[in-house]
Amino acid sequence: MEALAMHISNGIINGPVAAVFAVIALAAMAYCVMRGRQDLDDRLAPMAGLVAAFIFAVQMLNFPIFTAGVSGHLLGGALAAMLVGPWVGALCVAVVLVVQALVFGDGGVAMLGLNITNMAVIGIAVAYLLIAVLLRVLPRTPAGLAVTAFVSALVSVVVAAMGFVLQYQLGGTTDLGGNLAGLAGTMAVSHLFIGIGEGLITATTVVTVAKVRPDLVYALRALKPAAPVTVPTVGGVR
Amino acid sequence: MGAGHAHVLYREADSPVHRLPPEVKIAAMVAFTIAVVATPREALWAFGAYALLVAVVAALARVNARWLLLRSTIELPFVLFAVALPFLGAGERTEVAGLHLSVDGLYGAWNIIAKGTLGVWASLLLAATTNTRDLIVGLDRLRCPQILTQIATFMLRYLDVLVGEARRMRVARISRGDDPRFVWQLRGFAAGIGALFLRAFERGERVYLAMLSRGYTGRMPTVWQGTAAATSGQWLIAATVPVLAGTVAATAAVLT
Repeated sequence: MEALAMHISNGIINGPVAAVFAVIALAAMAYCVMRGRQDLDDRLAPMAGLVAAFIFAVQMLNFPIFTAGVSGHLLGGALAAMLVGPWVGALCVAVVLVVQALVFGDGGVAMLGLNITNMAVIGIAVAYLLIAVLLRVLPRTPAGLAVTAFVSALVSVVVAAMGFVLQYQLGGTTDLGGNLAGLAGTMAVSHLFIGIGEGLITATTVVTVAKVRPDLVYALRALKPAAPVTVPTVGGVR
Repeated sequence: MGAGHAHVLYREADSPVHRLPPEVKIAAMVAFTIAVVATPREALWAFGAYALLVAVVAALARVNARWLLLRSTIELPFVLFAVALPFLGAGERTEVAGLHLSVDGLYGAWNIIAKGTLGVWASLLLAATTNTRDLIVGLDRLRCPQILTQIATFMLRYLDVLVGEARRMRVARISRGDDPRFVWQLRGFAAGIGALFLRAFERGERVYLAMLSRGYTGRMPTVWQGTAAATSGQWLIAATVPVLAGTVAATAAVLT
């Protein structure tokens, strides 16, 4: 399991900006914890764990972007938003980031706020908004679902990458001058390719799950408010 | 599946650092990293002091330097980014070995490499001396919301399920005449990724229901917690590292 770092590591963004984003991330996560508690039932608890494990594994696939020395990887935000909903989904991504920072040294601990803001907050928010809109607009067919998953994954990856560019502009430790546009361009183009890969994986996974166990797809559950099965809450929920 | 909850980076050993309760180590590591990041980059000596601190803790934890250096390659992409900075940076320029380099860029590169490396070392030391189970116990004792520790517990548990299921599916493909070689096996893998997810979920769901029927309420029983909660003495011992680092950071901030 030889992995390369891909989250923002210590020293790339200066302290004050990192602190501001840490506060933003903390507030967003606190809200997600509140909302997520209501969502987490017996079906969602193991699903949340599996989604987090899946994202953890998938983030190990890393594509170096040689031109700028920045690397990109799959984020799994759209998958999480699709299968476990935005609140628990954001928590899943955040858990992955925290564990990676603590035990793999992947992404600086002091930069966790930035990474969580990009991938767990921005990535999930964009993905879920797109999912909510597209699922209403597109036909309710496997193809419609696949397109939804693909587009939301693609766009969320590119937007999350732009989050890094914004943070770099606010508090990059080195003034790149006119080269910032170059950084933005490199990040956008490379994450476009990553987004295509991520879109394909998300679409395949979601469509398969929706075919066999549609009850497991959170985004589809939200569309049908009258859930026929009520599972008694036994434990694991508080 | 009962065994093997230790992760790849955990180094089985018995040392003063291994014996410290996990919550103490996590807190010390986070505080140390923040002190490092807050240090002004011009204070070169401060980073030497931090490296010395890391070396002392590594020696106490019986983690050898070679392992630490090998594992540090995780931050290689950012080193590459750092190397590009002196060429891309704006502002005042200086001449180093016949190259026109940006002063700001040079400092920036140093900043990223020094702070990044120290951060990676700190987390590697935590990883080397704490297994994943203890890590979650530590987060739980640091009052991390239960929903987060619960997701983390299942994540680490299901990683093994996922890997095991992927292995089984690969064997199944091979025994049906698939001939995976190099890149070509990617196609078979990609086609089966949805099935992999579903199979892993159904296995994971069974595990979860089995846990519920044995009285799981969202929190692991106390038996599961290997070490007792930290005493104030242990907090004091672990606090030496971040306190020293904080002193260095404060001195550096005053001097520059």
